[in-house]
Amino acid sequence: MIDGFLALYIFMLAAFTGKEIIGRVPVILHTPLMSGSNFVHGIVLVGAMIALAEATTPLGIAIGFIGVILGAGNAAGGYVVTERMLEMFKSSKNEKKG
Amino acid sequence: MDTQTLLVYAAKASYLLAAALFILGIKRMSSPVTARAGIKWAGIGMVIATLATFAITRGHNLGWIVAGIAIGVIPTWLWGKKVAMTDMPQMVALFNGMGGGSAAAIGAGELLKYTQPGMSAPPLATLALAVIGALIGAISMTGSIIAWAKLDGRMDKRFTFGGQQFFNFAVFVAAVLAGLALVFWKLDASLVVVFFLLALAFGVLMTLPIGGADMPVVISLYNAFTGLAVAFEGYAMGIEALIVAGMVVGAAGTFLTQLMAKAMNRPISGVLFSNFGGGGEGTAIAGSQKPIEAADAASLLYMAEKVIIVPGYGMAVAQAQHKIWELSQALIKAGKEVKFAIHPVAGRMPGHMNVLLAEAGVPYDLIVDMDDVNPEFKTTDVAIVIGANDVVNPAAKTDKSSPIFGMPILDVVDARQVIVIKRGKGTGFAGIENALFYADNTRMLYADGKEAANQLIAELKAVEGGGH
Repeated sequence: MIDGFLALYIFMLAAFTGKEIIGRVPVILHTPLMSGSNFVHGIVLVGAMIALAEATTPLGIAIGFIGVILGAGNAAGGYVVTERMLEMFKSSKNEKKG
Repeated sequence: MDTQTLLVYAAKASYLLAAALFILGIKRMSSPVTARAGIKWAGIGMVIATLATFAITRGHNLGWIVAGIAIGVIPTWLWGKKVAMTDMPQMVALFNGMGGGSAAAIGAGELLKYTQPGMSAPPLATLALAVIGALIGAISMTGSIIAWAKLDGRMDKRFTFGGQQFFNFAVFVAAVLAGLALVFWKLDASLVVVFFLLALAFGVLMTLPIGGADMPVVISLYNAFTGLAVAFEGYAMGIEALIVAGMVVGAAGTFLTQLMAKAMNRPISGVLFSNFGGGGEGTAIAGSQKPIEAADAASLLYMAEKVIIVPGYGMAVAQAQHKIWELSQALIKAGKEVKFAIHPVAGRMPGHMNVLLAEAGVPYDLIVDMDDVNPEFKTTDVAIVIGANDVVNPAAKTDKSSPIFGMPILDVVDARQVIVIKRGKGTGFAGIENALFYADNTRMLYADGKEAANQLIAELKAVEGGGH
């Protein structure tokens, strides 16, 4: 388990990281980036898998099962739509290179 | 060290690697040159983290886990592959809602686990963050589903009733009180159920009164919510990868929400707590709309040296972007300077219009942002507005009684000639009359976007043929 104050530092540093890496984004990439960050929080799947593995009661298994389905859907769907959007970004210069 | 301990260490190391790949992936997604690689990096991180988790779960409930992943992945993957680009905003909303629901489910599982007899209460911080994460995740889930339904046209745009804000606030306070009771008073299974029902209801209630024009900001906000919910549940479960990835998304999403709200000149509190489109009516506009035929519009284009095209969501709905690009190519071939001017909130989300144009094959270096293009309208011969409305309405600058007063707009009205392609005389998404349509230098080409582009291409060829 992570110590309380250490966790606060991790929260803080991760928050600054999130703001910094998105700060230089041109407007044209905002929608794909939002979709991409939507994909990244699909990591919740890992938490749901562990919760389901630890579940012992039927109710616990049912809730964990729903969590895994939803988390997997977030990750898979988020990846596909982001990749499809980004596939389209070509510059008129790149295009000639193939 | 036994095998199991070793496996757990390997899994934890994989999570560290995955977190690094997520951050690098998001960073790469912030430049058009590296963006396509960025999503792949993040994708590799996700696969590594998921596979590593099987080492921790030690085969417990393995069948359920594998079945759950299959049920979650297969339909969303297939759906995401074939959905139209215009529908992307609601897809993001839907997938985001699933993530929020997953975080809420984790929270529910944790809380119910502690209510079992013989379980000792967890440390205060763990319990508190599990509750907060569950609250935010549940709100994000139902809120995102309502956002999806609204954008997908499955639900009346707005739903309001008297005393709504007070009622919503009361539900929110009740949800928070139930959460506080769980943390400080009693971990009771029925109280957990009440807490979740209130949180889920609040997500629905808070999204119902918000109009479609504000939906991008709301989706972005829920994206940030889900990130935070994932981070907090990650703390409750002691999984570092969730904490880092969730928090990065939470912060990035909050920042992006601010950018969007600023671009629309709508403070986030205004989006959430007031009803857009219900305010001032704006001053009535004098004058009339002046129609133009495609042939005359084509000769205007033929005479022009510099043309700026201002596309809006209406163009995408009419599926006219391919034809518009064809028209632009014809103009470029005739030696004219052609640019596409994009308002930050054109389409349904910032950057959505860029995606739609990219789909049609428009190179991104012809696409210019609002701040860069606005000074150029003065030297532009013809501006073509297709499917855009509120974002080109000069009332946002001149009419203090207009509900959109203060919103940054594209200064299309400064161009020498403006051609507006529009199906009929209706108002825009915000339901406001557009002063641009009545301006002296504006001509209205009443037609479906695709058809109008087709006509312009044909007429342009005719004019060119006649000119030689």
